[in-house]
Amino acid sequence: MPHTLVEKILLAHTEVPDLAPGDLVMVRCDLVMANDVSGPVAFRAMERMGAKRVFDPARVVMVADHFTPAKDALSAALQKTLQEWCTAQGVTYYGQGRGGIEHTLLCEEGWVTPGAVIAGGDSHTCTYGALGAFGTGLGSTDIAFCLAFGEFWQAVPATIRVIFEGERRPYVTGKDLILAVIAHIGVAGGTNHVLEFIGPGAEALSVDERLAVANMAVEAGAETGLFPADDRTAAYLASRARWPWKAERSDPDAQFAQTVRIALDDLPPLVAAPHSPGNVRPIEEVRGVRVDQVYIGNCANGTLTDLRQAAEVLRGRRVHPRVRMIVVPATYTIYRQALREGLIETFLEAGAVVSPPTCGACFGGHMGVLASGERAVTTTNRNFRGRMGAPDAEVYLSNAWVAAAAAVAGEIVHPADVLSEARA
Amino acid sequence: MILEGTALVIPQDDVDTDVLYPGPYLNIVEPEQMKSYLFEGLDPSLRSQLRPDTILVVGRNFGCGSSREHVPLAIKAWGIRCLVGKSFARIFYRNCMNLGLLAITCPAAVEVAHTGSHLRIDTEAGTVDVDGQPFPIPRIPPFLVDLLAAGGLEAWARRRLSEPEPGRARDQGDKAR
Repeated sequence: MPHTLVEKILLAHTEVPDLAPGDLVMVRCDLVMANDVSGPVAFRAMERMGAKRVFDPARVVMVADHFTPAKDALSAALQKTLQEWCTAQGVTYYGQGRGGIEHTLLCEEGWVTPGAVIAGGDSHTCTYGALGAFGTGLGSTDIAFCLAFGEFWQAVPATIRVIFEGERRPYVTGKDLILAVIAHIGVAGGTNHVLEFIGPGAEALSVDERLAVANMAVEAGAETGLFPADDRTAAYLASRARWPWKAERSDPDAQFAQTVRIALDDLPPLVAAPHSPGNVRPIEEVRGVRVDQVYIGNCANGTLTDLRQAAEVLRGRRVHPRVRMIVVPATYTIYRQALREGLIETFLEAGAVVSPPTCGACFGGHMGVLASGERAVTTTNRNFRGRMGAPDAEVYLSNAWVAAAAAVAGEIVHPADVLSEARA
Repeated sequence: MILEGTALVIPQDDVDTDVLYPGPYLNIVEPEQMKSYLFEGLDPSLRSQLRPDTILVVGRNFGCGSSREHVPLAIKAWGIRCLVGKSFARIFYRNCMNLGLLAITCPAAVEVAHTGSHLRIDTEAGTVDVDGQPFPIPRIPPFLVDLLAAGGLEAWARRRLSEPEPGRARDQGDKAR
């Protein structure tokens, strides 16, 4: 029987002889991840389940990233709990200064391999689809069960096949591709489904850009967003993969619930306007919108690729006097490489704040939240009402070119407009 | 399972977990303390309308966004046992069922219910009654019926740990990966 990629992955992680969309199965995890927000809640649930030890310490990773560095004593206690629990259980812990934002970090550190099943206590665990893994976000009770038993219950999802056709124009990135998909299927269009990204436009994306695409699969309601592993995946993993892996694809005659075609040839940079990632507009429609803060970072777009794009715009230019700009390298490895390449110097010279890797203001936690009436352009993944601070603050989601250009212009503009102006 | 109660309607579609429980309060781990921030970004006055028999009646794609279990934990801490919605976001739905909080998808019932409506849910008969008017609900898969009967995933896990099923390959302590 022909199978989609996700069906093949799940079948390899269950005891059943075959499966089809809608079947409820127990799925084994290759890796379980949680953070300083979801972890401590999960540990208490695991204790109440009566489980003393994790199913396999080699397959559990904890990352302190949401409230790091701690914003207050309660947040500090979360990190303390996380660290002590990891020591007691003998599992890998990425603490403050030693890791970064969980999803970028776990890919970078080789924990994520094609065909793996990864349960993460964070909705953006779908990011791992970029490397062909069934990474999926779960709540703390699910994570507690995964920690104890190494498995979770799961209804087999159907697949929406997304074909990126043609070639991208300049200043169009992975971010724009996923915004186009969300605009097409809607913020609930992927519920009980996975997205599978194929076609020449998918193959042409670097791993960094695939991370940005897969990261927002959940913003369409999907369980994950899969890129079938290819040569780019293999090259990325060559020096990092912690486990052997094998590339799989959907069978040509597999059943897809839906096929979505996105033509890239005419796709402009896109922006998701307040207050939904589904409120997607071509950049021309929001040109001139005044900006108070620009935020480049998070698990979607804090990669070296994003930082290089932002630095290209900012080199020899200044952040608009009215605008605050924050740059958040997603991991310490990215931070150090950005330092070596002179990107950090460029940001500081332009008048930006360079933050330590943290989820920070992306979820309104700390480190740059917005005041009432303020407006931000960010490379993050959610612009829900109040997400980044005051309930009436506004967040526009964009790629790093657009965000950096907004920082210079003080309003939303096409990045080409800023880049065509002379540098100081 | 039969549940009866009074509807509190949250009519909007795509209500995300950020407005249901904003990020700054994610450093709280005690459900009793989470109660104070439920609906904080949506409409804090909803908290004062909660009664011991409240059934939340919600729109489409309720609970979208972040996986934060703080939302259903706070709902449960308020004593609420059931939600009826047009549809639920996947992680939120899982979190509810795992906590033994019944989440029923029934768009037709949501259309006619108003705050104060009397609701009666009969999972075996497969109906939601709104002020006496019955609406069919989808069959709940046997595993989830079992999960709810146990009182949620914690209790279900305790049962599994105390009564290991022979032949189950992946119980606690089994390293035969």
